[in-house]
Formats: sequence, structure tokens, C-alpha cells
Amino acid sequence: MSDLETLAADAVKRAMDAGATDAECTVMEGEEFSATVRMREVESLKEAGSRAAGIRVLVGQNGGSSYTSDLTPEGIRTMVRGALDLAKITSEDPFAGLPDTSDLGARKEDLALYDDAIEHMETEWKIAQAKRAEEVAFATDARIQNSEGASFDSHVGRRVFVNSRGFSGSYRTSSCGLSVSPVAKQNGSMERDYWYTSARAASKLESPEEVGRRAAERAVRRLNPRKIPTQKAAVLFEPRTARLLLGDLFDAVNGGAIYRHASFLVGKLGEKIAAESLTVIDDATLPGLFGSSPFDDEGVLCRRTVVIEKGVLKSYLLNSYSARKLGLKTTGNASRGITGNAGVGPGNFFIEAGERSPESILKGLGAGLYVTELIGGEANTVTGDYSSGAAGLWIENGELAYPVSEITIAGNMKQMLMDVEIASDLEFRGSIASPTLLIREMTISGQ
Amino acid sequence: MGLSQSFFADRFGITERDLESYLSEALSAGGEYADLYFEYLATTSIGIDEGIVKSATEGVSLGVGVRVIAGERTGYAYSDDLSPEKIRKAARVAAHIAKGPATIVKTGFEESRRHNLYPMLSAPHETGLAERVDLVKRADLAARAYDARVFQVQATYADSLRNVLVATSEGRLSFDRQPMARMSVSALARQGDGAPQHGHSGGGGRVTLDFFNNEKTPEHFAKEAARQAIVQLDAIDAPAGETTVVLGPGWPGILLHEAVGHGLEADFNRKGVSAFSGRIGQLVASPLCTVIDDGTIGSRRGSLNVDDEGMPTQKNVLIENGVLRGYLQDKLSSRLTNNTSTGSGRRESYQHIPMPRMTNTYMLAGESDPEEIIKSVQKGLYCATFGGGQVDITSGNFVFSATESYLIENGKLTRPVRGASLIGNGPEALKYVSMVGRDLQLDEGVGVCGKEGQSVPVGVGIPTVKIDRMTVGGTAA
Repeated sequence: MSDLETLAADAVKRAMDAGATDAECTVMEGEEFSATVRMREVESLKEAGSRAAGIRVLVGQNGGSSYTSDLTPEGIRTMVRGALDLAKITSEDPFAGLPDTSDLGARKEDLALYDDAIEHMETEWKIAQAKRAEEVAFATDARIQNSEGASFDSHVGRRVFVNSRGFSGSYRTSSCGLSVSPVAKQNGSMERDYWYTSARAASKLESPEEVGRRAAERAVRRLNPRKIPTQKAAVLFEPRTARLLLGDLFDAVNGGAIYRHASFLVGKLGEKIAAESLTVIDDATLPGLFGSSPFDDEGVLCRRTVVIEKGVLKSYLLNSYSARKLGLKTTGNASRGITGNAGVGPGNFFIEAGERSPESILKGLGAGLYVTELIGGEANTVTGDYSSGAAGLWIENGELAYPVSEITIAGNMKQMLMDVEIASDLEFRGSIASPTLLIREMTISGQ
Repeated sequence: MGLSQSFFADRFGITERDLESYLSEALSAGGEYADLYFEYLATTSIGIDEGIVKSATEGVSLGVGVRVIAGERTGYAYSDDLSPEKIRKAARVAAHIAKGPATIVKTGFEESRRHNLYPMLSAPHETGLAERVDLVKRADLAARAYDARVFQVQATYADSLRNVLVATSEGRLSFDRQPMARMSVSALARQGDGAPQHGHSGGGGRVTLDFFNNEKTPEHFAKEAARQAIVQLDAIDAPAGETTVVLGPGWPGILLHEAVGHGLEADFNRKGVSAFSGRIGQLVASPLCTVIDDGTIGSRRGSLNVDDEGMPTQKNVLIENGVLRGYLQDKLSSRLTNNTSTGSGRRESYQHIPMPRMTNTYMLAGESDPEEIIKSVQKGLYCATFGGGQVDITSGNFVFSATESYLIENGKLTRPVRGASLIGNGPEALKYVSMVGRDLQLDEGVGVCGKEGQSVPVGVGIPTVKIDRMTVGGTAA
């Protein structure tokens, strides 16, 4: 047992001794590093570590939570006292409680969440990666003469969780990432784009050359955009923008939204809600990915859940609270920062790859929009209404013809799910991942 | 108030000699400037959901950030432990950015001038928890009482008190005690078996609990959230395409925040990556537009007595009668461009490097009667309330999403329409402003601005404004 696990266990015991009927304590520690480079020179270096603890107590059916960055015995005493005091002012909630003991547990297999190479990377090497990515961006195209910079970040951390039902667990994580944002300029038009790579293990990163080249190509192809007439047309989302749409779908299957009736997918379990080609999975057990963990943030065993299977809604994503509210079983998706009632968060939430390559889908389109950037978008989870600012490339005769910007795209998620076609290029760049998606018709607003 | 009476001296025994020694350590490898930012933040939040007070959380976080500037380079480190050895260690890490002989730190400190924008009747922690619980219960009841079709209510009350101390190698010392409180209410309404609709409202500022009893009550926010949900029950699809847009007063000022504010932050302009770079003195808006960023308005959410680099905040003119006047400067950008700081250096916490940010951004009132503005529109969209917004500062394209809007037909507001994004281009959009109302309103105090991963509270404001051309992203093509 690590020192932090002992500290968390002591906090739980202290709370129980002081009158809590249940308690759960999270402790986190982390070290971060970041180097930014701009115009070939180091711009900033940042390096530091921090720790914090949080506790949630139940006194009968009343809950209270607190946190502190002061992990001295005095700091922990104050934290525990604070949570117990707050439990006196909350209401009795018949559904409040810890998960059932039978749901608690941690995966035994190695999920490859931590790479000790990251702690040993030299600062000079990390700076060199960022410099190289920016240099390659400049070298890729003469229209790249300016840059918002390149950065290399790394993080190592540990999360510890102990509760009064006998759960005690901890896991370490690491991550590193490289990104660059070149600025392209031509004939008074100025456009920025970026590319990034991030992974739990240093060896999984794309090369700085790849990152620099892709960022530059993306920025340059946006130059001199046109504004297009308002119309209804097919919209093709590249994986980077498709995953934002999928994030909106996650909000709609979040158990918290379901029990509050705040989702357009309330009452749809077992019903066909999407095209037959759509299968959506949440899987926190895939090695090396950002959404994986041995247990969720209330100590429940992580797992794989089929959310949508061939267009049929199979499961919501739940923590123990929303599961009790809905008369269902938790799916191990509890998520929280350091304290408070758990919310619901994704494991690796993704759309299963389809058969067709994105190129072949593109070739089949007479006209349409290829979306490379979404800005300010908001889906209304309650109604499914979707509207977002967008930029991208106009498709003519199955080819990317010219850049377009200052447009919006809109539709309703209910219809969009029915009108979707899925490409084969699934890759994981975060805990939410999607292949290229085609929505057969949306409203595009322009001139 | 001298250092000896300050929170950090009292609580952690920090002396001027300590500060000098940390700053010397920070400049031990050279560099022109170093600063220390001590922060102690205490927060409380209470939430009601389904009529049950389900959540109550409090906590503290503290730490110190050490920054070293050497030319264009910044070194940064922080510690969540205020023991001298940990602070010195952070200072040595930050010092790695410079490579040379030590810079001598000036001895002695002079206390920075500061405003007194948020005098506190009582500190948040001196107020009872029971009184806070009462606020969310009142909001829950009021939203439900507003209309029988309201069936789901969530309300939260959150407050915080941040003590800060900034000490710089130039011998500047400043302290501040920054309260913040905010209520938010969201409601769902349903007509018969129809689809539910959502409404949201909230507000607060650098105020304490008294504000919610005396000025803006929980009932005020609750009714507003419920009203919006009810209005949406009758909403039709929003139009798609270019149309005339009238923005209502208050929170729609987020247009200014996105369309011009971010583009005028000095870091982007120093680097030449903003659509506004190099355009000072040029016409970037209709002559009817004067846009201000003002960190000195009493009790506002975006206000600060001193910024997070210890400089007094000020009232900065960004656009005057349509002409671009100035950028928002922090320490680093102003040093590098031979300007002075405009008191715009802000950071999320001691773990973050400061950068130029907005405070309260608003447009001055004009001369038009708001009613006349609506009457002047044959066909268009009136936007009363917004959700969030975002901008691409390089192309200048910005988006914001209208959550409550109405069709304007023959000079009258007719049907409510569903939520839709609006998109425009920063240096162009405000050129189409053709009428500005005399009804300037600041928002109720809900704004959170994100930049490079750092969130800070901000305010916005605008009078009723007519924009002749803007792209609305609905589905009714």
C-alpha cells in the first residue's frame, strides 16, 4: 500500500469514527511539464507537481464533500470535519449511497496506463521535439512564415481511491503530447490550424515531422476561403470533428441526463435510434488508451459496454447513483475530480469502424461540405437540436475543391443518427474517438 | 496595509526578507524580471436537484507560482507547499529558463496602488451554511411555482474567497482579497406528452451572500430560467442564412468578447497572429461603436482591484467611434513592445502563467430607442439570450449561440425560434452595426472565459444593437 493509500484510508477511518455511515476518499498527485517554442526559440518552460485529497461522507442518506491541497494531519482533519458539517445541511436523498460491494473491484490486467520513460525524458529532448515540429511546418510550405508556436507536454500522476466498503486501489498514469499551430498567409488571407499527437507512452507519439507537416498542410489548405450559399447538403466530418459530434451523443446517453429527462434518448432503450451501420461502444479496458482505467471514480470495476448496436440503443452509461435512479446496474462510468457526488464520464467511447474508406465515401459525393473545424458548437441534449460554426472544404464531383469558412451547419441529432454513414479510419486520439462520418443531409448557412 | 497585516504574513509568517530571498533565487541564473503569486482559495458550493439538496462541497487550495522572464522567454514553476525550501526549489526550477550570472534584486517593496471595488460586508466563510442552502431551496420552489409545466429544476449556489499576494523583482507588492459568488438555475418544461425544453439563468459577481437576499434574489434567477423553458415550448425552427440581427441588451455583449476582445489581446498581436494585428488607428467597426474593457466596475464578476501581476486594473478603450485604439497588455507583451501594462494580466490560479485577458467588455450606449430599433426591421432575428461563444483569432471568425430568440416580422417580435449559432468575422461584423440603443446593460454575472486551457471570470455588456447582416445557423432554409 502506498503512502497515499494509507492517507486515504486514515481519512475514511477518521470520518467513520466521527459519525459517518459511509465515506470515500480520493487522493491525486501529479507532475506536469510543458515546453513551448515559437519562431524557433524557446518561449516558456513550466515544471511543477501538486497533490490534493477529497472526501465524500454519508451520514444516513445525507451527503457532504470537501477537499484540500493541505495533506498534513491538520489539513486532513479539517477536510473530514468540513464534509461532516456539510452532511448536516443537505437533504435526505433515498438514492444516495456508495456502489454495491459486489460491483467494487479493479481490473487485474496491465492496462499500460503508465510509461516510466516519460519521467526520464530529458528537457532538451522535449524542447527539440517541439522545435523540430515547428521547423518542419515552416519547411513544408513557403506560405507558412509565422506560428503560434509548438509545445511538448508531459504529465505523470497517481490516483488513489479508498472507501468504507473495503475498496482500496490506486493506479499511475502518464501522458505526453506534441502539438504545433502554424499560421499561413497569402494575399491578405491569414489562417491558422494545428496538429497534435498525444499518448500514454512516449513511443506511441507520431514523429515531429509528421505533426509539423500535417499542421502546415491543414493551415495552407484553408487559405482564401469562400463563403457559400445557404443550402441543404451532405456533410462529411473528418475524425477530428466527428469526435465532437460523438461527444454530444455521449451527453445524451449519460445516465444523469436520462433520470432528469434531459435527453432526447429518454425511454429509447431497445429501440432503433440510428442507422443499422452505427455501433457505439464504451470500453475502459483497452490497453494504453486515455479512457482506460482499472476502476472508475467510485471504485467500480471498469468494463466494455455496447451502447448502440447496429442502430439499436442497448445501454445508457451509468454510475451507481443514476443506475439506482433508473433501476439499472452501474456500467462503471463514475467520474469526478477530487470530490463531490460522482458524475458520469466516458471510458473509451467510440464508433466502430465501417467498411468503406473515407476516400471512397468522398468519391461518391457530388457536392457537400468536408468539415475540418467546428467552433462554438452546441448540441441541445434535451431536444437533439444541433447548430455549430464550421470551416472546411467544399466537395465537388467527389473531390475537395476549395476552402470555405464563416458558415454554420445545423440539424437534429435524432435525424443525423439515422442519416449517418461510417468510414473505416477509426483511430484513438483521446477518450472519444470516431472514424470519418457522413451525414447525408444537414442545413448549411452561408450567404 | 503592509505585508505584516496581510493574510499570508498572518497565516504563513511570510516576511519581506523571505520574498526578497525567493526572488533572488528566481533570478540566480539571470533574467530581467521575476514575480511570486501566492494564492489561498476557499470555496463552497451547494446544489439542489429534483427538489433535494443533493450536494454540498467545500475546500481549500493554496500554493505559490514563481515566474522568471528573460527576454521573450518565461520560466514557471509552482508549489502547493509554502515551506521556504519548497518555494526556493520552485524558484530554482523557474530560473532554468535563464543562463547567465545572477540578476541583483532590488531590496524593499513598495505597495502597489489598488482599487477597493468589492468591500465585503461579511466574508463568505463567516456566513452560515444554512443560509446558502436556503438560496437553492428558494430557487427550486420559485421555478416550479412559475408554471405548472416546469417539471425539473436544478440550482446551485457557489462562492469563493481568494487571498492573493504578488511580489515582483521590481519591488512591487500587492495584496487582494477577492470574493466571488454565483447562482445558477436550470429548468425543464413540458407540455403534455411533448418534448421537454430547457431554460437557464444565473448571475452574481464579486459579492457575498447578501447580494442574493437584497439585489438579485434566487426567485429572480429561477423565474428567468423557467420563463425561458416555457418560451421554448412554442419555438419554431430558426432561419438559416444571412439576415438582420438585433441583439438585446446585456449578455448578448458576448458578441464583443468574441468578435473583438480576444483579437485585441496583446500576445496574439505581438506575434502577428490576430486578424486585428497591425490595425491600430483603422476603422474596424461602424462609427456608432465604442468598445471598452473595464476592470474597475464595482462588484462586477470581471473586476479586480489589481490584476494577477499586481497592477491596478483600468478602463481601456478598445474601439472608439469605430476606430481601433488599443490592445490589452500584460507584463510580458508590454515589455516586449515598449508599452505599459493595461492591468490585463490574468491567470486561473497559482499553477498558471499569466497572459492578457479581458475583464468586463462592453459597448457604450448610443442614442436609439430600443423599440425603434426593432420597429425598423422588416424581417430579421431578435436575440435575447445567448449560451457560449468561441473565436478563431487568426481568421477572425467567431460564433455564438442564441438560446432565446424571436423572429422579427414587419417591425414586431413574433414567434420564438429554437437555439441557433450565429457566425461572423471579427474585423467585419461590427461594420454592419447600424443602430445602437441607449439601454446599455451589463450581464448578470455568469461569464467564464477560456484561453489556452485557463478559465477566468469575465463580464460583458451591450445596449440593443442592430446588425444589418449576419449569418444565422438554423435549419429553416
